[in-house]
Amino acid sequence: MSNLSMLGLYDNPDSAADALDALHEAGFDSNNFDVLTGTPYPEGAFGEHVPQHRLFRFPLFGAIVGLTLSVFLTTSTQIIYPLVTGGKPILSIFAMLVIMYEMTMLSAVVTTVIGILFESRLPDISMSVYDTRITEGLIGVSLKCTTDKKDIAEKALKDAGAMEVKSSGK
Amino acid sequence: MQQRRILSEKQINSELLNGNLATPKWYFPVMGVLGIAVVIGFSTILYMFNRGLGVTGLARPVYWGLFITTFVFWVGISHAGIMISAILRLTQAEWRRPVTRAAELLTVFSLLTALFFPLMHAGRPWRIAYWLLPYDFARGIWPNVRSPLFWDPIAIGTYLTGSTLFLFVALIPDLAILRDRTTGIKKGVYTVLALGWRGNPRQWQLQVVAGILLSALMLPIFVSVHSIVSWDFAVTPAVEGWHSTIFAPYFVIGAVHSGVSAVVTMMCLMRWLWKWNNYIRPEHFDALARLLIVVATAWLGFTFLELIFSLYGRDAPEIALRELQIFTWPWNLIFITFLLTGYIIPVGCWLFKRCRNNIAVMFWTTILVNVGMWLERFLIIVPGLARKQIFVYTWEGYWPSPVEWIIMAWSFAWVSFLMLLFARFFPLVPLFEAKESQVFTTEMKVGRATVPMVIRE
Repeated sequence: MSNLSMLGLYDNPDSAADALDALHEAGFDSNNFDVLTGTPYPEGAFGEHVPQHRLFRFPLFGAIVGLTLSVFLTTSTQIIYPLVTGGKPILSIFAMLVIMYEMTMLSAVVTTVIGILFESRLPDISMSVYDTRITEGLIGVSLKCTTDKKDIAEKALKDAGAMEVKSSGK
Repeated sequence: MQQRRILSEKQINSELLNGNLATPKWYFPVMGVLGIAVVIGFSTILYMFNRGLGVTGLARPVYWGLFITTFVFWVGISHAGIMISAILRLTQAEWRRPVTRAAELLTVFSLLTALFFPLMHAGRPWRIAYWLLPYDFARGIWPNVRSPLFWDPIAIGTYLTGSTLFLFVALIPDLAILRDRTTGIKKGVYTVLALGWRGNPRQWQLQVVAGILLSALMLPIFVSVHSIVSWDFAVTPAVEGWHSTIFAPYFVIGAVHSGVSAVVTMMCLMRWLWKWNNYIRPEHFDALARLLIVVATAWLGFTFLELIFSLYGRDAPEIALRELQIFTWPWNLIFITFLLTGYIIPVGCWLFKRCRNNIAVMFWTTILVNVGMWLERFLIIVPGLARKQIFVYTWEGYWPSPVEWIIMAWSFAWVSFLMLLFARFFPLVPLFEAKESQVFTTEMKVGRATVPMVIRE
């Protein structure tokens, strides 16, 4: 048995939601099907499983890394190459704070963007079946299954009102 | 009046990608003119590098002139993006949708342009590496972390990196639309840039969360950038008019004033050039003008507070500087022009709804604001240095040379050129935002009136 990628195309959200229900009833695991849209719909609009993410950990991690690096950079620079000014402390805390702040924020932003891509599962190089009309308003219900379940899946997608069902795979 | 129209996704695609999938007639002539201006500008910059700063009007005691004024100006313009995109996103202002991309883009290109000016101002830009990079081991010179001139590139570098990433993340869904609408090499490029975006609920959820999270992270950077630029001046006790504790918030609010005005100017051009009347509507100009009235008035308050605080100490040199700035020719002309163009004329117009809804009036008044804001920076920077002081053995007035004027004009052509170049390949109005607006907006009947209704999760 080989794997297969299928896509049902719908012209309204209600039919797409019906397709998801039909796939559930047909015994497909919700991890194996997805809704594809060209517009961000409200969460749960298709009765889909609301995905969980851990994006908020990324900026926190980045901020800690950035802060640590900036403390090291500013402290070591001033200790290795001291600018002795009228008996004042070698470490200029206020000036260090400015650089620490910027480096902390920079690191937080960079790790957040990495987190966004990671949590969005991008870049996605899977060759699952797709239709360019999705970005023109059609709603796609994509499904991964084995070839022996193709007929069941196709029936579920069509019964929900699919305009077209496409498939690809080995 | 209900200005919003119900549009299909297909229609949104074809209208908002009209500059990407086809080339408007005006595009190449305009790019040609801008391209010539850019080439002239770069040639002048190279000429200046070859001959040295002697070809500028800079001389003792005025060493900071047109270049630093224009640097502060472009950093100010860059505050448009985050003000519009981040604050309005966090507050879920519905009217932000058509504006965010253009504002973020203006941030990126104006920051890039701003960075040129300190480099040029240094005269020998390659030596700037000694200030910024800890590499000159042989001479034991490392960057001085106590210098605001070192803080500047750190802050601007952070802001530029953050803004560029912010712009890219929000662009991904639109890149997927372009991928689906193009063929050949273009399709290949958009496919790579879209990173395999499919538009599943997880990706959309992350896109929304990313917008809010990055906005929240960019806001503190936004405040810090112009604060740090202001400290280039404020931590210099030797120059009257610079050494002020109010400079950080004063610069930030001034930057927001000029930045948001620049976004409005850009929106007018976008509406006229690409005919995006369904997306950039008078109601958007109305909302932005109301915001600008508040921002401009706060900025005017800071302008006078700065003046009052400087006079309050009754310090003779400080009073002499203010006399120079406000009453002495030719500074008095600049001062009056700056007040008229920066506040009195534009805000006077924006008080009337008819003006706020008139695109041409909004275009010219926001241009005036930026004329005024440039003059404000010039008035802050130059008179403090130009004033004759005791023990100064040479003293000359400062008049910018043609080289400086050409380079300043180049910066405007350069930003416009980059914006138009971007607009040829990427959409200036976020398509997914326009589509989301259609999904989340509906109409409700109240009595005999039909009013728009926005749904929020």
